[in-house]
Amino acid sequence: MTVQRGDTLATAERATRLLGGELTETGLRRHLAALPRVDGVGLEQRAQTLGTRSIKTTSKAQALDTIIGLIDLTTLEGADTPGRIRSLVAKARRPDSTDLATPRVAAVCVYGDRVADAVAALGIDHGDPDAGLISVAAVATAFPSGRASLRIKLADTAEAVAAGADEIDMVIDRGAFLAGRYGQVFDEIVAVRQACQRADGTAAHLKVILETGELATYDNVRRASWLAILAGADFIKTSTGKVAPAATLPVTLLMLEVVRDWHRLTGESIGVKPAGGIRSSKDAIRYLVTVAETVGERWLQPHLFRFGASGLLNDVLLQRQKISTGRYSGPDYVTAD
Amino acid sequence: MGFLDYAPAPESTSILRLRPSYGLFIDGDFSDGSGAEFTTISPATEQPIARIASADAGDVDRAVAAARRAFDTTWSTMRGTDRGKYLFRIARLIQERARELAVAETFDNGKPIRESRDVDIPLVAAWFFYYAGWADKLDYAGLGAAPRPLGVAAQIIPWNFPLLMLAWKIAPALATGNTVVLKPAETTPLTALLFAEILQQADLPAGVVNIITGAGDTGAALVRHPDVDKIAFTGSTAVGREIAKAVAGRPTRVSLELGGKGANIVFDDAPLDEAVEGIVNGIFFNQGQVCCAGSRLLVQENIHEEVVARLKERLTTLRLGDPLDKNTDIGAINSAEQLARIRRLSDLGEAEGSERWTAPCEIPASGFWFAPTLFTGVTTSSTIARDEIFGPVLSVLTFRTPAEAIAKANNTPYGLSAGIWSDKGSKILAVADGLRAGVVWANTFNRFDPSSPFGGYKESGYGREGGRHGLTSYLQGGAI
Amino acid sequence: MTRLSIPKTYKLAIGGAFPRSESGRSYTVQSADGGFLANAAQASRKDARDAVVAARAAQPGWAAATAYNRGQVLYRIAELLDGRRAQFIEEIVATEGVSAADAAVQVDAATDTWIWYAGWADKFAQVVGAGNPVAGPYFNLSVPEPTGVVAAIAPQGVTGASLLGTVAVIAPAIVSGNTVVVIADETRPLSAISLAEVLATSDVPGGVVNVLTGLPAEIAPWLASHSDVNALDMAGAGALDWVNLEIAAAETLTRIVRPVPGIPEQSLERILSFIETKTVWHTKGLL
Repeated sequence: MTVQRGDTLATAERATRLLGGELTETGLRRHLAALPRVDGVGLEQRAQTLGTRSIKTTSKAQALDTIIGLIDLTTLEGADTPGRIRSLVAKARRPDSTDLATPRVAAVCVYGDRVADAVAALGIDHGDPDAGLISVAAVATAFPSGRASLRIKLADTAEAVAAGADEIDMVIDRGAFLAGRYGQVFDEIVAVRQACQRADGTAAHLKVILETGELATYDNVRRASWLAILAGADFIKTSTGKVAPAATLPVTLLMLEVVRDWHRLTGESIGVKPAGGIRSSKDAIRYLVTVAETVGERWLQPHLFRFGASGLLNDVLLQRQKISTGRYSGPDYVTAD
Repeated sequence: MGFLDYAPAPESTSILRLRPSYGLFIDGDFSDGSGAEFTTISPATEQPIARIASADAGDVDRAVAAARRAFDTTWSTMRGTDRGKYLFRIARLIQERARELAVAETFDNGKPIRESRDVDIPLVAAWFFYYAGWADKLDYAGLGAAPRPLGVAAQIIPWNFPLLMLAWKIAPALATGNTVVLKPAETTPLTALLFAEILQQADLPAGVVNIITGAGDTGAALVRHPDVDKIAFTGSTAVGREIAKAVAGRPTRVSLELGGKGANIVFDDAPLDEAVEGIVNGIFFNQGQVCCAGSRLLVQENIHEEVVARLKERLTTLRLGDPLDKNTDIGAINSAEQLARIRRLSDLGEAEGSERWTAPCEIPASGFWFAPTLFTGVTTSSTIARDEIFGPVLSVLTFRTPAEAIAKANNTPYGLSAGIWSDKGSKILAVADGLRAGVVWANTFNRFDPSSPFGGYKESGYGREGGRHGLTSYLQGGAI
Repeated sequence: MTRLSIPKTYKLAIGGAFPRSESGRSYTVQSADGGFLANAAQASRKDARDAVVAARAAQPGWAAATAYNRGQVLYRIAELLDGRRAQFIEEIVATEGVSAADAAVQVDAATDTWIWYAGWADKFAQVVGAGNPVAGPYFNLSVPEPTGVVAAIAPQGVTGASLLGTVAVIAPAIVSGNTVVVIADETRPLSAISLAEVLATSDVPGGVVNVLTGLPAEIAPWLASHSDVNALDMAGAGALDWVNLEIAAAETLTRIVRPVPGIPEQSLERILSFIETKTVWHTKGLL
């Protein structure tokens, strides 16, 4: 498929509903420019205040289990091997072998060429996290830089879906976005979404990574979030984890505000996934608070919120052990994967 | 149970080591008062905290005499460097006992511990640190070389920020070489009395600071005392007016920090989410019991409905309850009397035809509470758009143009604070120019800093507290 | 045959016009030796009210003028005052009974006072304003602004003050953008009215300076208690019941400046007695 150049953009159902049939880059730009601006100081202060919530005792226990169930347990290394993937999947299925009541994570997140390994390792546990199963998410579209031709990005996506990926974590072309070529970014998302289609008419869920650390400004994050949703994203995701800063609480709060506004406008619920840099339970609880107090606690389910993380899980397990035993645990009491 | 029903996370009161009763702190020691003792209670539970002495005219006389002696014999002749060192000591002691002071403040005042812990007490320490450094640099205060102190300062402070207002008063007075007789509010004497203990730990010379407790008559006796050189008052415009009259013709200098009816102006190009937070912070911070509260929301008519909808949604997430709980956003109203005032004015707002909306929250069985309340359809002639309510009640008005916003914002006898929300710099600066208010917050609200002058235009009082300006109220040759 | 002189009619100065008192009253102004000099208008409380209305109307525009412009206007006053030096000397000699040399000293001092304050117009804000280093991501600036409408009582019956004393209360008030209602020296009001004529031709917008002649004891209480007066300069009120003026002013927290003996000295402090400090915060964020 080819991306249409010129002013006219690819057809996307949401954009059509909101902006009318003949969507143009000019129209899109005008729409994004009309979004309310962000005052970064106020945004960061709000995030900081949310971060002071004190989640104790029963609420903390509940929060820790919720966090585990929302994790996309991730490995995105050049050195990823089938063995490494099997180990990751084992951890995803049984995070804490000393406590079998520990919930499973929502998904494992791997490179496209490791999807088959993950699917094989999951076996009968592969499936919808809302049904207690574990999804396979694949990063795609020349992750993490996104610097490849559209043809390659689409092939990357289609192959991962064919290999059994349930979710595609694509990256947007930040270069195009920063250069003001919103139409190109839009069309690519629409195209990748098409590539997520399976022969049986179902489709892999599409998470759109904005790489907020490269977009730099909060105004850009709001516009990119809105653009991604218009183009058909099921989830908007902060970061690849390969660029600093990755997820921050203010950026996630801002994306949650976009999702809240979208819901208010259309009734549709879009997911949010902060990824990268969330390593402690304490941090993750701040995100839960931010979700619950911004869009409501209904969002605290795998279809609407995920943590993209690798190290976070073990810290949550340590905290969980502390609650169940009353003693502080240590790193030798959780598995190193 | 949902995640949002956060489990209780109360700050422990075990950090407090309160005495069953407190005397007057005069000349470095606690002594009995001659007035009738009273009880200070926790407004969240109505349970008694401690018995408090009351100073009568004779006690006021004793306190002023002690301050005069300390002024003449030690404080006015001490090197500025050494005065500064005492203030630095006090600042450090406050930091060391910060949690204890925060708990005591919340206990006695009813404000959320989140605020006393994160705002009030850190600012108290900051205020002493800031003015400590001025003590030996008064040549640079802008009043010529070696400006002289006034003498004995009588300071009367309100109940909304008990220890913070104490710091605003005492820190500049001591830095400039004055001695002090301070009267905390009747309903919130506790932290001032803990502060007296801190002064003992700091070994501040006896009589430099005297703290006398009591009701309005104690304050009146202090204001009328002939040996007082300076009166600094924060409180209602009605009392401020009486003080200004009482001082007429006397050589006493006066600074007054009085009421307000701050306008928070939201333009249609505002950063909307942050504006909503700013509106909430502007009127619900400290249950709206803030002289500079943004109690009048002026919203551009074309975004009125959207802003009100967002605001209501946001207000439903506010947590009202035990002020000592670390997750509480809205604490107790300070007193039964204040609660009655808030109720009366809110009822009047409704009776005058404004539409009342109350955030859904459970009101505890005992204590003084008022749920966050918003009035729409308010006009400039409505009582709730003119009278200071001093509670968690927001009046929403609309405007069409920047000029109309300025005109409506200024249409009040008060002139303390205002807010502006817009993404357009040139408009913000021009609107700020047009507002007749001593503090203008653009894209923020209710921010305070010891280096930043604070004070009102018109009936919001005169004189400035904070910054270099704050020194001039306590030095010879400074403006009134 | 000598030409018959044309005595000047001395009227009030309100809002850029020169009306008679609405009350129709006038009073006799005598020379130092007791001779008849003129019939001055005897302002009533309604004239005082009209003057406050005029001052209020002129205030926002005057305050909005650039400081550079206000400085030039004040300097222009000095130029025109100097140009009419002879007339003022003559009036002062007649009213105060001083020598022409002493009168000249007073006129020159008045001119110099305008020049001194003219120079402050675009400087006092730099001296008393502040950029405040607050602990947070904020731009924070404190600037002085005019307090609004200032009512002033010029020095009364002070030799050497009939012109200079009036200038000494007007100039420090208007330099920052206030407008003024001034009660002239009761017994020697002629220079004040002539000064108003100078102001009217000196690019001073109408209503910025309003001059009332008459009895301070009668007019001052109305100005002191007026809700729309922001500051009361009691410089020349020493012989009045100024404590009660102060009590009346307290009703609306009007700023007050206490009586001074003689002629108020020119000072920065005097400018600052009629300003408010406004502090503006703005967020600072790169993102």
